[in-house]
Amino acid sequence: MIVFLQQLINGLSVGAVYALIALGYTMVYGILRFINFAHSDVFMVGAYCGFYCSRLDSGHTLAGGLLVMAIAMVACALLGIIIERLAYRPLRGSSNLAVLITAIGVSLLLENAAQLVFGADPKAFPALFPERNFTSQAGLTVSSNQLLVLAVTAVLLVALQWIVLHTKIGTAMRAVAFNHQAAALMGINVDRVISFTFGLGSALAAAGGILYAMNYPSIDPYMGTLPGLKAFVAAVLGGIGNIPGAALGGFLLGLIETLVKGSKFSTYSDAIAFAVLILILLFRPAGLLGKFQVEKV
Amino acid sequence: MQKKCWTKTGRTVHRWLWPFVGLLCALLAAGCKKSGDTPAGGEGGDLIKIGEFASLTGKEATFGQMSHHGTELAIDELNARGGVLGKKLQLFTEDDQSKQGESKTIARKLISRDNVVALLGEVASGRSLEAAPVCQEAKIPQISPSSTNPKVTEIGDYIFRICFTDPQQGKVLARFAQGTLKAKRVAVLTDAGTPYSVGLATYFKDAVTAGGGTIAMEEKYTSGDKDFKAQLTAIKAANPDALFVPGYYTEAGLIARQARELGLMVPIFGGDGWESSELAAIGGDAVEGTYFSTHFSPEEKRPDVEKFVQDFQAKYGITPDAMAALGYDSAMILADAIKRAGSAEGPKVRDALAATKHFAGITGDITIDDHRDASKPLVILQVKGGKFHLVENISAD
Repeated sequence: MIVFLQQLINGLSVGAVYALIALGYTMVYGILRFINFAHSDVFMVGAYCGFYCSRLDSGHTLAGGLLVMAIAMVACALLGIIIERLAYRPLRGSSNLAVLITAIGVSLLLENAAQLVFGADPKAFPALFPERNFTSQAGLTVSSNQLLVLAVTAVLLVALQWIVLHTKIGTAMRAVAFNHQAAALMGINVDRVISFTFGLGSALAAAGGILYAMNYPSIDPYMGTLPGLKAFVAAVLGGIGNIPGAALGGFLLGLIETLVKGSKFSTYSDAIAFAVLILILLFRPAGLLGKFQVEKV
Repeated sequence: MQKKCWTKTGRTVHRWLWPFVGLLCALLAAGCKKSGDTPAGGEGGDLIKIGEFASLTGKEATFGQMSHHGTELAIDELNARGGVLGKKLQLFTEDDQSKQGESKTIARKLISRDNVVALLGEVASGRSLEAAPVCQEAKIPQISPSSTNPKVTEIGDYIFRICFTDPQQGKVLARFAQGTLKAKRVAVLTDAGTPYSVGLATYFKDAVTAGGGTIAMEEKYTSGDKDFKAQLTAIKAANPDALFVPGYYTEAGLIARQARELGLMVPIFGGDGWESSELAAIGGDAVEGTYFSTHFSPEEKRPDVEKFVQDFQAKYGITPDAMAALGYDSAMILADAIKRAGSAEGPKVRDALAATKHFAGITGDITIDDHRDASKPLVILQVKGGKFHLVENISAD
């Protein structure tokens, strides 16, 4: 029982990072109907931003760590806006496939540029926050990093939900997601809303990158590939385009993966996690929380 | 191989491409003729040509560069002493960029264009295995400084190694776990993605059970994984006396860290894949007190080790590691064999290499056995204050 509870804690903290990345995928998909494959590399850039900014925070204080995280989030938000402006906006209105291929191109560009700028060798990520372990009498262990991941994810999730549902820009985002042209006719600046969406999603990716690097302190230019893929799966699992769905998908995937890894079939963890995905999609093609819609032609 | 490619392209090449193909053939033929003109055997003039291929750039660049520095230092030293058989040694170094598929081409080039008498390389078993058939076919001895996979020397009787093999390492580590650590129940966390880790884990497990111990649990991961808490939670529940992690340093650092976070406080130890300063950078306090086995420690109190460390530091400004020491020993053993053979011809050097007995190398007393592997002692190092310190030497037999 203790082992099972411990695995639940482990799974939740893995899932929280997937959830943060999945939110970025799902928001962009909700508005533009395309998968931004460069998102996982923005995640990586976020971790490197944290790596270089951490030199400002030598005291490992909570405030210093949050400051580093804020700087990385702003930097990645700018990066996301620039990527959208330079790579995706010129292609707006062209076929979905063209944009998708461009996204893969941007992803490769970021990975290779990172190899050039940051170097290909893995780097050790410093401790940003004071670290502690909490052990219960029964032997359950939670590290401060795990708690922090869960807390930051929860806060960002609530903030995001609030922005989307209760602010003017959020209303505009939903309007654009519903229909570009009608939103533009209502006087909404569609380009600005899309830029904002990219900025917001990239900032979440940066936060995810730093949290991930803190828990697994070895970063390299390809660190985003696998978590990015899993987060994409999480977004599809929860219902792509649906924000609570992405979070649910992330937590679910983290839990399944951890439980499989802790069993005898540890090497099959990815295979089993993805098999679950296929099963869910067979019975619910739009994902757990997604609404099934017929593509309009 | 070439013939196959020929017919394949021949079928798909457009008609207007044929003149170019013809031109290429002519150029190739001219190239072959040219290299055929130079005297064979590499003994042309007052030089003995030695080839080296290493991963000077790319993923395993730190390994390749250290090995290359060691080899270079050995060649310089030999030349300063007047060379071998009255001739100076010349080193031809090629970079395989840590890429699979490069070393075969490089070995061909070194043998047919540069006419080297022997080849030194590589660190990674995969790339040594690629070059080995080329050397075997050309009857040019190849000495791998640090490929531990048993398959490397099984390619043929011209392929040698001067490091220990994974079966030897597994046996020594089992003896260390049962002797020094007094561990009866050992848990193993294997990297299912690399043959090195799977092999080492198998030899280790066999030796532990043969020695009367038990394997409390074996869990697996894949190289590149970052989260090991699930496996470590299961291992903790099995309550082992020690944890063996036969993987590479990045994962080992993360594993140690997460094990300590989960409250798994038993001794953790690994193999030579752990040796990198990154281990302490990634693992931090968690790797303090962990052990690993490797080929060499610059702390050994032998006069020739002290001299080697001094010379190396004077030349490159850094402390040599196992790769550097093995790179040095590989060149020295080759020079010794050429001297004993009295000639630099492939077959004679091969016979002399195979007959190497008790060569006093930097990495210990090296005897080449019937399988062309080295039988020699291992060292066990412990991480203390972020540095690696010598704990003990254990003989492989």
